Amino acid sequence: MRVTLWGTRGSVARGGMQTVRYGGDTSVVEVEGSDGTRLILDGGSGLMRVTPGLGSFCERIDVLLTHLHMDHIQGLGFFYPLRDPDIQTHIYGPVSTTMGLGDRLARYLSPPLFPVRLRDLQAMHLHDVEPGSFEIGSFTITADLIVHPGPTLGYRIEENGSALAYLPDHEPALGHQEFPAASEWTSGFDLMRDVDLLIHDAQYTDEEYEGRVGWGHSTLGQTVALASQAGVKTLVTFHHDPEHSDEMLDALLQEALKKKPALELVPGRAGSAFEL
Amino acid sequence: MAQQPIEMILLRLWASYIAVPMWITDSDGNLVFYNEPAEALVGRRFDEAGEIKAADLASVFVTSDLNDEPLPVTEIPTWVALTDRIPAHRKLRFRAFDGSWRNIELSALPIEGQGGRLLGSLSAFWEIEKEIEKEIEK
Repeated sequence: MRVTLWGTRGSVARGGMQTVRYGGDTSVVEVEGSDGTRLILDGGSGLMRVTPGLGSFCERIDVLLTHLHMDHIQGLGFFYPLRDPDIQTHIYGPVSTTMGLGDRLARYLSPPLFPVRLRDLQAMHLHDVEPGSFEIGSFTITADLIVHPGPTLGYRIEENGSALAYLPDHEPALGHQEFPAASEWTSGFDLMRDVDLLIHDAQYTDEEYEGRVGWGHSTLGQTVALASQAGVKTLVTFHHDPEHSDEMLDALLQEALKKKPALELVPGRAGSAFEL
Repeated sequence: MAQQPIEMILLRLWASYIAVPMWITDSDGNLVFYNEPAEALVGRRFDEAGEIKAADLASVFVTSDLNDEPLPVTEIPTWVALTDRIPAHRKLRFRAFDGSWRNIELSALPIEGQGGRLLGSLSAFWEIEKEIEKEIEK
C-alpha cells in the first residue's frame, strides 16, 4: 500500500510561511491499495489536495472518519466526488447512540454553516462504524474506539502482510499515574501493535500538556514511548499544534531523536509518502 | 494479552480515583479490577491478588445472606447485572482474603457499549457492620 499525507495539522488549518514544510492543512491521509482501492482517512482541509486527478480513474472512494470534530470534516463540503454522480463515495464514521452519521454530518453540511445540504450531495453512502473489522477492496480494516472527547475511532489497515495504524487524535495517557501502562489497559494498543507504520497524535510538548489534560491529545514523548512499547517500526508524528512553527517542530523532533527511540521516528509532513 | 475495550479502560481509570469501594468484571465475569478503597474490605491489594477468573470467584469469596444462608452465585448482584443486563442490589456477606467475614451492601450495573456490546459490570459496595449492629440493638 502507498500512504500519502495531505493534511498533518491539528485543531485548525494554519497557513503562512511558518508552516510551509510540515503543512498547514488539517488531517487527511490517502491510502492506495495494490488493487487500486483508494481510502481517504479523515476529511480535514487537506482534502483539497487529494481532489485533483481522482475523477479520471476513480469510480469509488472510501472516506474513513475517525470522528466528527471540525478539523476532521471541514474539507468534505468541498470534496468534489461528493457532487459527482459517476463516483461512488462511501463515508464511514463512529456510531452514536443518539443520531446516525448522516444527521450528525448534516449539522455542518447545512445552512447556515454551509450552503449545500448533505442530502443534496449525490452518490454518497454513509456507514456507522462499530468496533470490529470489515473489508474494503484489498484492505482489511479494524476500527476501535480510542480515548478522545466524543466517540472517536482509530483504524488499523492491513493488506498483503503490511499494516498501517491511524490514530490522529488520541490521549492514551489520560488518567494513568504512570505511562505507558500495561498494554492490556492502554487505549489503542491493539490497533498499533507491531504495525509497519503508525500515524499518531503528537500535538503537545510536555509543558503544554500539563495545562491541557483531557483535551484529547498526546505529547511527542508519550507517543514515542507508547509506539515503542507496541513494537511499531516507523512512527509518523501527526496533528501538529497550530501554534507550532516548522522550526519548533524541527527542534522537538531533534530532542526526541537524542533519546534514541527504538523505532524510526519521522515527522509528519504534508506531501510525504510511504510504501508498505 | 488482548487489550480491553476503551470503555473498560476508562471505567478502571475512573474507579481508581473514586473513594467508594468498587470492583469491575469483564463480560465473562472475570474480576479484572478492584480499587484501593475496596482493598481494605477484600483484604488484599489488587496488585497482589491480580485478576480472578470467574470460575474461581465463588471459592475465593464465599458468600452468604445476612442470616448466614449460602448465597447462590445467581443471586449476587454482580452476576445478575451480567446475565440479566439490569441493575441489581442486595445486602450480603462474603469471606475476605484475610478470612474475616464482611457484611456489605452491593449495587451492580451492567456495562454496555454502543451497539449493545456487553463489556462487563461495575459493582460498588459499602460495609454495613454498624448498621446491622444498630438493627440488632433495636
